[in-house]
Amino acid sequence: MATVSFKQATRVYPGSDHPAVDKLELEIGDGEFMVLVGPSGCGKSTSLRMLAGLEEVNGGSIYIGDRDVTNLPPKDRDIAMVFQNYALYPHMTVADNMGFALKMAGIPKAERDTRVMEAAKLLGLEEFLARKPKALSGGQRQRVAMGRAIVRQPQVFLMDEPLSNLDAKLRVSTRTQISALVTRLGVTTVYVTHDQVEAMTMGDRVAVMKDGLLQQVDSPLTLYDKPKNLFVAGFIGSPAMNLLKGKIVEGGVRVGDYVVPVTREVLSKAAGEDSLIIGVRPENFVVAPTGVAVDVDLVEELGADGYLYGTLAGLTPEEKLSAQQIVARVSTRTPPQRGTSVKLNIANPETMHVFSEATQERLND
Amino acid sequence: MPQFLSARPDARLIPLPWELPLADWPTGLLVALPRGISRHVVRFIKVGGSVYAAKEVLEHLARHEYRLLTELHRAHTPSVEPVAVITGREDAEGNPLDPVLVTRHLEFSLPYRSLFAQGVRAETVSRLLDALVLLLARLHLVGFLWGDVSLSNVLFRRDAGEFAAYLVDAETGELHPRLTDGQREHDLMIATTNLYGEFCDLQAGNLLDESLEPQRLVESILARYRELWVELTGVEEFADTELSRIEKRVRRLNALGFDVAELAIDTLADGSRIRIQPKVVDAGHHSRRLLRLTGLDVEENQARRLLNDLDTFRARTGQSHIDEPVVAHQWLTDQFQAVVDAVPQELRGKRDAAQLYHELLDYRWYASQAQRREVPLAEATAGYIRDVLTTLPDEVVAAADGRQLANPFDPSQGYADDDDTPMPIDPWESGEMPAMRADVLDIEALRRKARESGSAL
Ligand SMILES: Nc1ncnc2c1ncn2[C@@H]1O[C@H](COP(=O)(O)OP(=O)(O)OP(=O)(O)O)[C@@H](O)[C@H]1O
Ligand SMILES: Nc1ncnc2c1ncn2[C@@H]1O[C@H](COP(=O)(O)OP(=O)(O)O)[C@@H](O)[C@H]1O
Ligand SMILES: [Mg+2]
Repeated sequence: MATVSFKQATRVYPGSDHPAVDKLELEIGDGEFMVLVGPSGCGKSTSLRMLAGLEEVNGGSIYIGDRDVTNLPPKDRDIAMVFQNYALYPHMTVADNMGFALKMAGIPKAERDTRVMEAAKLLGLEEFLARKPKALSGGQRQRVAMGRAIVRQPQVFLMDEPLSNLDAKLRVSTRTQISALVTRLGVTTVYVTHDQVEAMTMGDRVAVMKDGLLQQVDSPLTLYDKPKNLFVAGFIGSPAMNLLKGKIVEGGVRVGDYVVPVTREVLSKAAGEDSLIIGVRPENFVVAPTGVAVDVDLVEELGADGYLYGTLAGLTPEEKLSAQQIVARVSTRTPPQRGTSVKLNIANPETMHVFSEATQERLND
Repeated sequence: MPQFLSARPDARLIPLPWELPLADWPTGLLVALPRGISRHVVRFIKVGGSVYAAKEVLEHLARHEYRLLTELHRAHTPSVEPVAVITGREDAEGNPLDPVLVTRHLEFSLPYRSLFAQGVRAETVSRLLDALVLLLARLHLVGFLWGDVSLSNVLFRRDAGEFAAYLVDAETGELHPRLTDGQREHDLMIATTNLYGEFCDLQAGNLLDESLEPQRLVESILARYRELWVELTGVEEFADTELSRIEKRVRRLNALGFDVAELAIDTLADGSRIRIQPKVVDAGHHSRRLLRLTGLDVEENQARRLLNDLDTFRARTGQSHIDEPVVAHQWLTDQFQAVVDAVPQELRGKRDAAQLYHELLDYRWYASQAQRREVPLAEATAGYIRDVLTTLPDEVVAAADGRQLANPFDPSQGYADDDDTPMPIDPWESGEMPAMRADVLDIEALRRKARESGSAL
């Protein structure tokens, strides 16, 4: 078992004028499940390959445990890279389908059998070991693929979008299985995905990247409740956080006709700026007698709750077309009607987020 | 209503029953041609005289693969040709169906499983690996990181005495201006694992020549790839007295089938040493030349063979002083086309024209040797059709190892006589899965989980 540290690790691709990964500073605990998430091209795979020893590190260093591995070849790092391969070989038994990479690595048969058996127990596949994979279900195939990784018993697992080609149903169940398994095994894992829902449901901690820069690394709930900047605020959560721009006025920030109260202490951090961005998650809005007036365009009902979609009230039809959409969770017992106008307020001021427009940074605690 | 994304649409695809899952398509629309196994549902569909491959796949992957295949085609890298992506499919009840990626069926292509099922000599395996290594190097030269290198994701075509390899599955691919060594190593790592698995599988099915060892085979792939890469891109340094090495390098690259479009030549400090490095190389040295001379678009080694025959023809007919294109035209009608035209219609599906001509040349050579005379072309052609062509197996899925496929349109479903004892009870699949949407973040569930595990914010 081992910790993993990126220390100011940087990679600049030849011919490129900016780093694909820029001074990445990230400590991953022993046995921790760390997810790297961010939009395509933000440097996730590059970071993973740097850790695997497959990408040159142009600056900084990388440690596994207390070993500086920055210049070690991949085979000396004791990591297992899990790729999308879950092709099952029809002439081989499930056991051989799980253990073949060990054979390639020259591990003796007895040892292979033990490891395959252990993995099969973990995966509920013992009864299947002697069978050919012909009639396995999608979920079972997925577990055989996990078995392939588990039997390698590395210090660190590296997984790059292993679920991206699964259909929605299989993706949901496999997510849960992978994180449960890795927790049981206690093997340090670095998992890459572009899907924030996947990141949030799987990670012990989640590192959000953008343009090669680490934005924030925290537990899923901290990322959700205290995003450090506008990017993280908008990237994490679905439906996404409402980010409303308003002018600074006495006592707060004016959004539409309503002044959202913001403490003097927070406002004082925005010295020299005349507007700020107020962030409110859809579930933190309530329909109230006073608040931001919103024209209701659509209410989508999902059981007891629903989502209201609207725009700031009082816009001309033309302005409405390009206006920002506002989303609020509402009770469907007395849902607001489409075409009407409602006032949305923030139920609990603690749940409000305030960001500087100039620096994009969070201003409140 | 389904939508079609396509650069060169085939209108005949539009009325097909896109409202049915591919697995349920009427067999009248399908053809059972040899193919590899796949995770997705893949079917060959026939419209008019054309055959297409259709694969049901998630939307972002279908679009991604369509785009990448288009780019690879533009860069003249051997890969299947994308035709369309069909999105917005719904079944009769209005439930959404996965999009379909349609590619043109690669004619005369052989998936490795059907090759091996017919029995493959050790020597042939070596040629297949050469073809695969060449494909991988060509993909890497254009900056393509494959991400899923395997025999299943390659199609082979006969190429004179060799094979040509084509990429069929680009789902995991990425295209960059230029790959780093690490990215290429990553592909090699994936290649060795996948190919090792595939060879072990062939071995388990008694389909691998006994003299061959999966471990040796993957090692040889690595060695061949590295050797080829050095030849294609490596720096060579020598004394200024050995200038002929420039010419030699270019010739070696030509022999490998590459043209050198850019060669960097540097003289080092004191001028007594020279350093060269190919900067841009283009595959298709022989096939381009043949195309220019005759309009025939064939594989590289076929082209090499046909060009040799053209040279022989030119010398034999005493036309060395005549312009090559003129002679080439004559060769095309009197030799090549004459042979192809002599083949009865019903036998034309057995080999593509260039391969047929190549095999005929072989046949003629052996016949001439045996009979100690120059067997005339027409006579050799008749003999080849009689002795060789008629005896070749048809290109349909006759599970060639004598076993019957469970579904003739889908080898992924295994063999009809496979173990059919009931599946054991699966502890993981007996319970109901909670219905959850993959794209909605259930933050309340996360909060509960955090409370239960006692980890505060
Ligand atoms: N255009 C084509 N021409 C000929 N054969 C094709 C074509 N497209 C697909 N095939 C055949 O169908 C098989 C499966 O296709 P493909 O590899 O794209 O499916 P897949 O489900 O993505 O596979 P994987 O499980 O590797 O992801 C291939 O091995 C090949 O034999
Ligand atoms: N070989 C390469 N040459 C130049 N740029 C590259 C190369 N490989 C990746 N990149 C670039 O580096 C950045 C990060 O890529 P990557 O790590 O694959 O991102 P992600 O995994 O987050 O999608 C992207 O802008 C990508 O285009
Ligand atoms: Mg495939």
